[in-house]
This record gives sequence, structure tokens and C-alpha cells, in this order.
Amino acid sequence: MSLLEIKNLHATVDGHEILKGVNLTLNAGEVHSIMGPNGSGKSTLAQVLARRETYEITGGEVLFNGTDLLAMKPEEAACEGVFLAFQYPVEIPGISNAYFLRSAVNAIRKHRGEDEMDAMDFLPKLREKMKLLDMDEKFLNRSVNEAFSGGEKKRNEILQMAVLEPKLAILDETDSGLDIDALKIVAQGVNAMRSPERAILVVTHYQRLLNYIVPDRVHVLVDGRIVRSGGPELALQLEDQGYATIESGARGASPAA
Amino acid sequence: MSSNTDAIRELAQQEYKWGFVTNVDEDRAPKGLNEDIIRLISAKKNEPEFMLEWRLKAYRHWEALQKSDAEPKWANIHYTPIDYQAISYYSAPKKKPALKSLDELDPEILRTYEKLGIPLAEQKMLAGVAVDAVFDSVSVATTFKEKLAEAGVIFCSFSEAVQNHPDLVKKYLGTVVPYTDNFFATLNSAVFSDGSFVYVPKGVRCPMELSTYFRINASETGQFERTLIVADEGASVSYLEGCTAPIRDENQLHAAVVELIALDDAQIKYSTVQNWYPGDKNGKGGIYNFVTKRGACRGKNSKISWTQVETGSAITWKYPSCILQGENSVGEFYSVALANNYQQADTGTKMIHIGKNTRSTIVSKGISAGHGQNTYRGMVAIMKGATGARNYTQCDSLLIGDKCGAHTFPYIEVKNSTARMEHEASTSKIGEDQLFYLRQRGLKAEDAVSMIVNGFCKRVFRELPMEFAVEAQKLLSVSLEGSVG
Repeated sequence: MSLLEIKNLHATVDGHEILKGVNLTLNAGEVHSIMGPNGSGKSTLAQVLARRETYEITGGEVLFNGTDLLAMKPEEAACEGVFLAFQYPVEIPGISNAYFLRSAVNAIRKHRGEDEMDAMDFLPKLREKMKLLDMDEKFLNRSVNEAFSGGEKKRNEILQMAVLEPKLAILDETDSGLDIDALKIVAQGVNAMRSPERAILVVTHYQRLLNYIVPDRVHVLVDGRIVRSGGPELALQLEDQGYATIESGARGASPAA
Repeated sequence: MSSNTDAIRELAQQEYKWGFVTNVDEDRAPKGLNEDIIRLISAKKNEPEFMLEWRLKAYRHWEALQKSDAEPKWANIHYTPIDYQAISYYSAPKKKPALKSLDELDPEILRTYEKLGIPLAEQKMLAGVAVDAVFDSVSVATTFKEKLAEAGVIFCSFSEAVQNHPDLVKKYLGTVVPYTDNFFATLNSAVFSDGSFVYVPKGVRCPMELSTYFRINASETGQFERTLIVADEGASVSYLEGCTAPIRDENQLHAAVVELIALDDAQIKYSTVQNWYPGDKNGKGGIYNFVTKRGACRGKNSKISWTQVETGSAITWKYPSCILQGENSVGEFYSVALANNYQQADTGTKMIHIGKNTRSTIVSKGISAGHGQNTYRGMVAIMKGATGARNYTQCDSLLIGDKCGAHTFPYIEVKNSTARMEHEASTSKIGEDQLFYLRQRGLKAEDAVSMIVNGFCKRVFRELPMEFAVEAQKLLSVSLEGSVG
């Protein structure tokens, strides 16, 4: 059984159809990348999978571990192991990173019927993950994403992913706003998360990130459909030739699995 | 409908969790207000002549105010006119003998404690098992008081203070809030039932927070409560009041007065968690809470700090203020006010800078949900002589849903050019993006709302004594809790 199966997914926002029949299968242990031009529906796909309710599903189905993902609320999907690293992480003033993360971990543990972790057990684990991402201690007590630089916010997303250990991690434009050093650190953090039990979906505009996180498969999303799929070399080709050639070349082509 | 929207909608439909009526025998005066009632109250309390005279002066003044229609109308609140003749102005639970165990306690009161979630040990203490009973207004000696007495701190009911410390009462009563101050304060001066009296002598740091002792007591002195706290030179004290109230159908008027006096180098910290019955989700019932709280920093280097968490009452009209007379004196006001369903809150502070180098800080956090209307009203006045005065004001509003309102009326009056004033204000809404972010990390919608609100209030909560801060957070979550998921 595949970890994630997206079958002919259609979604609209405010009456506009954004996803027009997406098909995609992701197995545990794999890293896939979704690439595509602005407005092609990449972020919509990421957010639909994380169950954001501003999108209306108008067709198709999504199975996660064999169960209907589209019937889940965002918190249910999260507790089942779906994680979205946000393109624009949100500020929560007055709530410390450490407290926020522990609340999230405990919400998920509770869902699994496990005991909640207290701060004494949790902090060492958190510190260990922070070291991996080269993050300062001060981070623990700062309010979630408040007065963070763009790079810090993205690193914080990866930290959350590392702590929550999802089954499916979706990275939505995690590379945007990162300088090259930060990009490397983030990529290192993501690579450390690769495991046979986990799938990672990297949504990105540029090939750059894929130099560091090398995907097993690359899919090109254009106008709400996956128009081409291939190995990591497809990303290089895109970088070289731009989306326009693929778009025109892809017209009429059958979507790849 | 998305469940984010549901969560927000549910907030507006919260039942009051801690609403209940305790039926105990009461000693109640007939309805209505006239000089005879004033004399009855005074006689019931066996008050000395000066108290009766003061009450009568207040009553006559109030009568004149009422005739000239002087009930204040400027606040941003709306309510049906109060019939002052339909209120009973005196009631006291009957005296209870000291108890040997909780089994002897009126089961009604026991249930009250249980609904409030008060731990058993504390129940015993409150019920007067280990110490004397607290529930009756004609109060009592406790082990607390013995410990306080060792330190020389006087902490008793106002009635007791009138009996046992009439000179102190006479010296300070009405010197911060005179009986002519305002309509509601005048009414209180005429009819106040009871309240607390604290005197901390020179150089004494009060050895404990004056807290749980009055947690229950507050419900009985609630309607027209009168509190007077004096910190003599170099003294310091932290006083906590908190309350929940029984559900009643008709609106109940509460008009409390609190006076604080800090002499040279003295400090008073006054914390409130207010959770009177706010009315039902349609705006029916609930307490009208018209409170006058004011502190005078009379001495140099004195400090008065108000912290309030206001989640209850149908109407809140309350402006805990500081008169900064002494040189280098400091006034602080930290406030969280929640207006949910059809609640209306018009609250804030006044900081009156008179002495040199006086400083004040105002941090106000207003939360509006449901159809709630929340108004911050604050005044900072720098008088001519207040050279080097400073004020910092931060005034934030948080909106939950799209049917509530937040309003801000800051007044600033500066008569000395050396003053430094800072005013920051913000209004924000709990966004769908914030909720989605937290829910994507596994938190239920209502927990997400609660987390955002608690984060918003953090600056104020950290001013509260530890155990009170926990209680306040719990209260806020309960007041906002939805039934999503």
C-alpha cells in the first residue's frame, strides 16, 4: 500500500478551479518534488493535503495510509502524521517556541493514546534537534515566529518537522527567502529526516533546493495538472529550458504517475 | 461551514460554566432605599456614630444626584435603567458555629466548593474546619490572622475594622474616593455591606499574599463591597481578590469601592480575577459591575500596581487608577478584559501625575468575542508640578469573530513640558491563518484559540502571582471554550 495516493483531485477556491485532476502516488521512503510555474496550483495542493478548509474539494480522492484524508480536519491529519512546512509561517505572539512545540507533540501523543511529555523530558529532545539545525538556545523562549527573519522562520519549520516526526512531510517553498548557507542547513535537516518509514514532498519553484535534497521523482504541475514526471534530471532540464517548453511540449500528453 | 468558523461561532455560545445558586438562609432587608434603611444597615453592624453620619451624608448626596439625573451616561455601555428602589440593600448569611469536619458543613456550600474545583484542603480551610468559618459576613478570627497579627498586619472585614480600629478607618476612609466622587461610589458609601480592611504598619512586608481567604467571602460582600488598604511607610502588601457568582435571572447591581493608600516607600499590589455571572448567550441576566477603584501614592518612592483579569459581568464599568502624589512614585495598570456574547466592558485607568519624576505604565489587553463590546478608556494627566514624569501606555485589542467590537478612548493631558509619553495601540483579529497553523500542528480548534488568546494576554498574566496566573488562564480558556471536534 502506498503512503499517499492522490486520484483525480479537483479543488476550487472562491469558485475558481485550481486543481484540475491531480494524480500522484508517494511511497514511504521516497522523496518527491513538485515543481511548476507561479499559479500552477503547487501551494494549493500542499494546503489541500494539510486540510486547509478554505479550499473546496470538487472531485477525486486522497488516501493516506489507506484512509480518506479528505474527511479529516487539519488537526486529525496532523495527528495521523501529515506535516506541512509553511511557505509563510505564522506568528503567535506571547507563546514560546518550546511551549508551542511541546503542546503540538502532546496533542499528537494524546491522539495516539500515549502519555504526555513534561518539559523535563521534552527539552533535551528539542535541544538535540536544534543542534542539528544550528539554532540558538534563545530560540526556545522566543515567541513563535515573532520578529524572526525569513530564514529563521523556515528553519523553525524544519525544527518542528524534526520534533513531530511525521509520516508525510510537505515542504511548501521552503527554499524561498533563504540565503545559500541557510539553504544548506535546511537541506541538511531535511535529509536527516529521510527514512524508510517517511515520505517527503518538496514543493518548489526553483531547482536550487534539489541540489541539496535530491528527490527520487520530480513532477511538473502546470495549470492544476501534473503534466510530466521524471527523475531528478527533469529538474535540471526545467532549470535550463524553463517551464514554457515543458508546458507546450506537454499539451495533450497524458499525465504521468 | 468550516470548523474554524464553527470554533469562532461556538465561542459566542458558551454557557457560564460556574453558574449556580447557593441557597443558604439569609438575613435580608426590605427592598428600597431611604434613610431608615441606611440606619438599619448601620445598626445591624453596630456601627459608631461617625460611620452612620458618613453613610447618611453619602445617602443625601446620592439622593440629590439621582434627582438631578447624575447617573453617569458617558460610558460606551447600554443597559435598561436600574430601579434602585427594587434592590434589597442588606443581606447576610446566618452565623455558623465553628465546624469539626467538612461533614458538618451545609451540603450546599460543599457543592459550591466542588463546582469551583477547590482542593479539599483548601475547602476545609475556607469552610473553617481547621480555622473558623469564612462564609458568613460577620467574620472571624483565623489562623491566618494570627500569623498576620504577629507581623502587626491588620487584615479583617471592614465591619470588624470599624469596631476594632475606628481611628484608622476614620483617618483613611473616603480620602481617596470621597463619598461625593461619583454616583456609584456615593451609593456604595451610603449602603456598603462589608469588604476588607488591611493595614500594614511601618517597615513591615506582609508575610503572605492576602488571597484565598476572601475568595469565597467575596460572593457575600459582593454587591456593595468596600475595601480599604493602607501601607504605612516602607510597608508592602499583595492583595488578591477573585470571585464567581451565582446565576440569577434579574440583573444585579454591584457597586464596589476600593481605596488604596501607600505612604513613603510603600508598595501595594492589587490583583483581581473577576468572574461574576455575565448573562446567558442571548444577553439575558448578568451582573452590572460599576466599580470605583483608586490608589493614592501619597509618599515618595511609593508604588501601586493594579492587575485585573475581567472575564465576567454583563456590564463592566471600572477604572482602577493611581494618584501619583509622592516624588518618584510609580503607578501600574495591567488589564485583561474579555467581552463575550452580549457582554459590555468599558474599562481602563487614570494615571494622575502630581509629584516629580512620577512614572506610570499601562498595559491593556481587550478581547472581544461573540457580540461583545470592549472599550478601553484611559486618562494620563501630567500636572504642572510633575517635572520629569513618564508614562508608557500599550493598548491592544483582539477580535474573535465578526460581530464584536473594540473601542479605544485614550485621553492625554500634559501640563508640564518635561513629560515623556509613549502610547502604543494595536487591533488584531484571530486569523484563519493562525488557527490553521496551530491545527496543522495537531491542536484542536478550541485549544488553538485558547493558545492565541493566552499569548495575547501574557504580558498581563505574568504580573499576577503564580497560582493566580494559572487560575486566570484556566478561566480565560473556560470563558472562550467551544465544543469543536
